[in-house]
Amino acid sequence: MSDELVLPLAKPIIGVSGRTGTWRLQKPTYDSSKCIKCRLCWLYCPDSVIDLNEDAASFITINYDYCKGCGICSSVCPTKAITMSPEG
Amino acid sequence: MVYDEVVEIRFHGRGGQGVVTAANVLVDALLKAGLYGQAIPFFGAERRGAPVVAYARVSKKPIRTRSSIKSPSVVVVLDSKLSELVNVLEGLKPGGVILINSPEKLDIKKGFKTCYVDAVKIALRHNLMLSGWALVNMPIVGALARILEVPIEAVENSIRERMEGKIGELNAIAAREAYNEVVCVE
Amino acid sequence: MALKTLTGNYAIATAVKLARVKVISAYPITPQTTIVEKLSEMIELGELEADMIRVESEHSALAAVYGAASGGVRSFTATSSHGLLYMHEMLWWVAGARIPIVMAVVSRTIGPPWNIWTDHSDVMDHRDTGWLITFVENNQEALDETIKLFRITEDKRVYLPGIVALDAFILSHTTEPVDVPDQSLVDAFLPPREQPYVFRAGNPLVLGNIPRDLKWNMRMREDVHKAMERAKKVIEEADHLWEKIVGRRHGGLTECYRCEDAKHFMIGVGAWVGDMKEAVDYLRDRFGLRVGLIKVRYFRPFPSEDIIKWLNNAASAVVFDRSISPSVGGPVFIEVLASLASAGVRTPVRGVIAGLAGVDVTHEDLANVMLTSISEVEELGAFKQNVLWFYGGE
Repeated sequence: MSDELVLPLAKPIIGVSGRTGTWRLQKPTYDSSKCIKCRLCWLYCPDSVIDLNEDAASFITINYDYCKGCGICSSVCPTKAITMSPEG
Repeated sequence: MVYDEVVEIRFHGRGGQGVVTAANVLVDALLKAGLYGQAIPFFGAERRGAPVVAYARVSKKPIRTRSSIKSPSVVVVLDSKLSELVNVLEGLKPGGVILINSPEKLDIKKGFKTCYVDAVKIALRHNLMLSGWALVNMPIVGALARILEVPIEAVENSIRERMEGKIGELNAIAAREAYNEVVCVE
Repeated sequence: MALKTLTGNYAIATAVKLARVKVISAYPITPQTTIVEKLSEMIELGELEADMIRVESEHSALAAVYGAASGGVRSFTATSSHGLLYMHEMLWWVAGARIPIVMAVVSRTIGPPWNIWTDHSDVMDHRDTGWLITFVENNQEALDETIKLFRITEDKRVYLPGIVALDAFILSHTTEPVDVPDQSLVDAFLPPREQPYVFRAGNPLVLGNIPRDLKWNMRMREDVHKAMERAKKVIEEADHLWEKIVGRRHGGLTECYRCEDAKHFMIGVGAWVGDMKEAVDYLRDRFGLRVGLIKVRYFRPFPSEDIIKWLNNAASAVVFDRSISPSVGGPVFIEVLASLASAGVRTPVRGVIAGLAGVDVTHEDLANVMLTSISEVEELGAFKQNVLWFYGGE
């Protein structure tokens, strides 16, 4: 019966607005040797495109399909392990 | 009393004397006596010591009326000095009953039945006091039960249900004494 | 089952306990406060296993209950008058989200000036939100209808929240005998909670996003309308089931009192329906007038079919409203007119505005209005004015 109801509900899915990575002018680059695993970039990323890899050599992965290049991760990073450079 | 017609009651007291509790205990007792009751508090700018009123209805059938009580058949006065401040007889039906907390008969207008009981003396006998006031509301319900022909056991049990332990026991005893001691004159 | 003496507010609290509500949130306001005071006491004594969420406003109270109910638990709140108005926005959210919740509204006059006495303006102000609205006549009905409303609102054909409205003081603070059903009977009546969806960790959902297709939005509103229509049958079923299990009926959407041979009808909602019943008896016994009373138990959904059925061959009807939609008339009066017009019934109907702001109305007052109205309609075939303001006998 609940399938027949008209509800103000939506199911969040990845990439519902298309590949927003194509909007990017500046690209974040990650240097794992400077990373202190503080997770601030992961917390602050407004598009949730940073995944954590708990035991891997590279602690974070940035999903460039959807990263818009806003630079927040770089600016909150206390050790400058993430730097922004022009999109090539 | 047969209670074919609804009997309406008005209580006069002072804020803090427990007129609402008196009306509630009465309705509990009516239920135990096989009667229907309605206890109706009245709220305004109440404060301790100010004149306050509460109402009750009694009937052998469930009571449907919700409008206010303007002409009661019984008026109950918990403090005789209140009659200096408010007209406690207002709207009282001809031939109606006034029950007053007083050590002696008071001069009430003709045409009413007057009942009096020394509820202060009864309360003090059992050390029923709080913040300098005698707790007269339960003795008054006891006296009212006599007038309404409600068995005093119904009142005693209702008091014990609402007030646990020793305080309930003492109030129940005080109610029975008032039931026995109330005097009515035409 | 046992007769106890309860105030209307304690009857509501007892019903909430018997319905095994899990989350309660409310902000105090006269004359509602003693409902949640009593519920707090029940939680404290271990009689009720529920969480009481304290909040800083009525808006937050309903938001908190909405959150809890969306998470899948039976939830309850209560308010009155200005508190209900402050809650207004959240009523739309809850109804639009199709989350079953039961709320008690102790109906009280809206200021200015400040006034704590009963009238129905606060409840009527929420008639378009999509909440079911029932008005009760006495404390027994307050208890019974609160329990029933949990079942009705949680029925998959409905999935809408509901208000049980009781009159300030003349019910909320008046003590009278109430038959309290055993827990086992209520458990037999009330199945475990169902709702259209549940918010849970690990199952992300988005509620209330801006729609791409505006017609989706419109369809949701139509769906609320249809659910409200379906609720009519669900209310009748719940009433019959309650009778089967507990042995007591109040009527479904309406109760018709001495209607069988009635020519002239009184119509009303709320506690003063009791005084109207007294007025019907008085008019019949004293004047031999064939008067009946339609007690509208549910204002939403509105029982148009019942109104049409009873008034189809009636000589006249007088609707008593304890609130007013300025320039039109009382809300019940408006619905009665609309119902009759939709069926082409041309029975003369008068709307009487009375008892606003807690102004006392006695059964003699009501009977006098009926006597005047009946003589007008018998003489002229119509009423002199359609909307009449009545201030009472004094």
